[in-house]
Amino acid sequence: MPTPLVVSEVAKSFTMHLRDGIQLPVVENVTFAVAAGECAVLGGPSGIGKSSILKMLYGNYGVDAGQILITHDQETVDIASADPRTVLALRRDVIGYVSQFLRTVPRVAAVDVVAEPLVARGVSHGKARARAVELLEKLNLPERLWSLPPATFSGGEQQRVNIARGFITDHPLLLLDEPTASLDAANRAVVVELIRAKKAAGVALLGIFHDNDVRAEIADRIIDVSGFRVTRDAA
Amino acid sequence: MSDHPLLRVNAITKYYGSRVGCTDVSFNLWPGEVLAIVGESGSGKTTLLNAISTNLMPTSGTVEYRMRDGQFRDLYRMGEAERRFLMRTDWGFVHQNPADGLRMTVSAGANVGERLMAIGNRHYGNIRQEATQWLGRVEIDADRIDDQPRDFSGGMRQRLQIARNLVTGPRLVFMDEPTGGLDVSVQARLLDLVRGLVNDLGLSAIVVTHDLAVARLLSHRMMVMKEGRVIEHGLTDRVLDDPREPYTQLLVSSILQV
Amino acid sequence: MNKHSELAVYNFAYLDEQTKRMIRRAILKAIAIPGYQVPFASREMPMPYGWGTGGVQVTASILGPDDTLKVIDQGADDTTNAVSIRAFFQKVAHVAVTTQTAQATIIQTRHRIPEETLQDNQVLVYQVPIPEPLRFLEPRETETRKMHALEEYGLMHVKLYEDIARNGHIATTYAYPVKVEGRYVMDPSPTPKFDNPKMHRSQALQLFGAGREKRIYAIPPYTDVVSLDFEDHPFEVQQFEEPCALCAASGVYLDEVVLDDRGGRMFVCSDTDYCEKRRDNGHVGHLNGETAGAVK
Repeated sequence: MPTPLVVSEVAKSFTMHLRDGIQLPVVENVTFAVAAGECAVLGGPSGIGKSSILKMLYGNYGVDAGQILITHDQETVDIASADPRTVLALRRDVIGYVSQFLRTVPRVAAVDVVAEPLVARGVSHGKARARAVELLEKLNLPERLWSLPPATFSGGEQQRVNIARGFITDHPLLLLDEPTASLDAANRAVVVELIRAKKAAGVALLGIFHDNDVRAEIADRIIDVSGFRVTRDAA
Repeated sequence: MSDHPLLRVNAITKYYGSRVGCTDVSFNLWPGEVLAIVGESGSGKTTLLNAISTNLMPTSGTVEYRMRDGQFRDLYRMGEAERRFLMRTDWGFVHQNPADGLRMTVSAGANVGERLMAIGNRHYGNIRQEATQWLGRVEIDADRIDDQPRDFSGGMRQRLQIARNLVTGPRLVFMDEPTGGLDVSVQARLLDLVRGLVNDLGLSAIVVTHDLAVARLLSHRMMVMKEGRVIEHGLTDRVLDDPREPYTQLLVSSILQV
Repeated sequence: MNKHSELAVYNFAYLDEQTKRMIRRAILKAIAIPGYQVPFASREMPMPYGWGTGGVQVTASILGPDDTLKVIDQGADDTTNAVSIRAFFQKVAHVAVTTQTAQATIIQTRHRIPEETLQDNQVLVYQVPIPEPLRFLEPRETETRKMHALEEYGLMHVKLYEDIARNGHIATTYAYPVKVEGRYVMDPSPTPKFDNPKMHRSQALQLFGAGREKRIYAIPPYTDVVSLDFEDHPFEVQQFEEPCALCAASGVYLDEVVLDDRGGRMFVCSDTDYCEKRRDNGHVGHLNGETAGAVK
């Protein structure tokens, strides 16, 4: 079975044209791989580029150099150079992503926000919604909220909707950007359990966890991002 | 995922005399894909939209459309009769000002039914039933079916215009600033409605807007235009979250935060 | 000096020969493309627009010295418009005139088709105020011409749809749109829809002239003329509950005549010639004895 995610010599910097075109280097020479059934955690102090790496892997940030190889339909795709249509297909079928914040859409009920990735894969509305309800129940989101749009939810409630949405599919690769940040202990435990289930199912997980307890429970390996930090004199 | 694009735009250029409308624009549009064209007024986005939708003859370049039989046809080499037939069956065009896309002095029901009658539907009862159904889908009460759009609010007019366009089950819809003249709360409702319809019907759409929030909510992919050229294009969230070009960065940084 | 000498400055039938030729060419083209509106260089006539200047020009162009002319307005030979146009041609063309449908070779009409079936030696000339049937829904002439050219006639049904939506049935009772020879949608001028079936496969040539709008169109003899409708709201003509009060005719188009200021009224044939002929043949309506003097 091919390795679900291989990151090879990836570099990223921002050019701030509105600030006289200054270059803000973020990372370079990012190289690692994540195996199926493994949970790797990006480590290092905040501001070092961990979220940027996840965003590049999801196609959300552009990549200056290097390759991000992901297996899709037995083919290896480089998301760093893939066209938008391919990236969208990868997101639909291969890469799941739980972001730090939920981007809400007006008037769409929480249960439908969660069900959407399954519907996009062709599952019927009824089945997808049933699965969404299961997950929301597990994450202790009060039933009265299910049919409401999440825009007015608290941070923790929104985060649970976001997690349910990320975990509802059986994508072989799951990116987690601090999914437990605004959760209480009980719900953190639920997330840990969900992650374990994913690992058992052979999903490759890559995450950012600032919570040491959670990290200790799920991480198979820490990838130290400080090693990819761009040093001025190195360039 | 379909293996063939629905629309192939190749090197479209439009000059107004010696002035550039848009220049050398090429892209493919795939089934089910929503493409946003953004840029400020005068950037050439409406010129491009009109040139693609056969409303404005381009100076050079080709626009090819995959017909229902699977064959690509060059739109500007088609007979006018066939082109107009295509426009009122397989295409939709949602204007910024609903008055441009509606018949303001005929009832809502007739506005929706017109396309059905144009393709030969001659059963009043069926036409009316279909119109009622579509009014429901765009959240207009069925008892407004005999009212004229001039008695409707701006948001209702725009929703009616959308229903009028979608009744024949088009595969491609063009939208020119669809939320342009609307209040913010009305905009949100309309956007959500359009988003839902596009998803449910698997429509392809090209949306011209200067509002990046509209592009974010509706589109998969976006093109940023400046002075008639496409200066940046890519996945919508990539362009908005990691803009590369100076002008795109300026646009993104100009969004008002609330 | 003979009695016509002061008219010597006028050409036969008022219009000069070049103009008549131009109009005849337009008429020939109109006959060749049934239902198609042919533009023509409409002339000023010695009567105001709206009084039949289009019909008069068509009549003037086809009229010959041997023709017999009948002119009707709303079916009647004796109304102002009919009388003055008849007098006009008597004066400028010295043609024979008649009020009897069967005697006429050319019948110029405003808003009616005679009840008596027309024959293949007759020409019916309609006065048309607005020739474009799509006009009220699509004000742009460039667009309506394109719609005709491309046979895009959905809009015509929008008008009928509106009728049904508003009234529960197709309430258009005059200027009811027709499709000619399966191709062009045409405004039959403001004749009652009652007369539409008479246009279908008529033996007579039918010519339409719109003076202000500068259009001529035609229905050649034996041409299909079909009134537009919906499958579930088929075209039907007006029905009258009682026969003509004067001649007892039924199945003809009747006008309402108010008899007094106490609500008294009667329905009589709109085609005066038809009515008179029936009465001459002994038909008697239920009011004939009392009121014949008043309306005759």
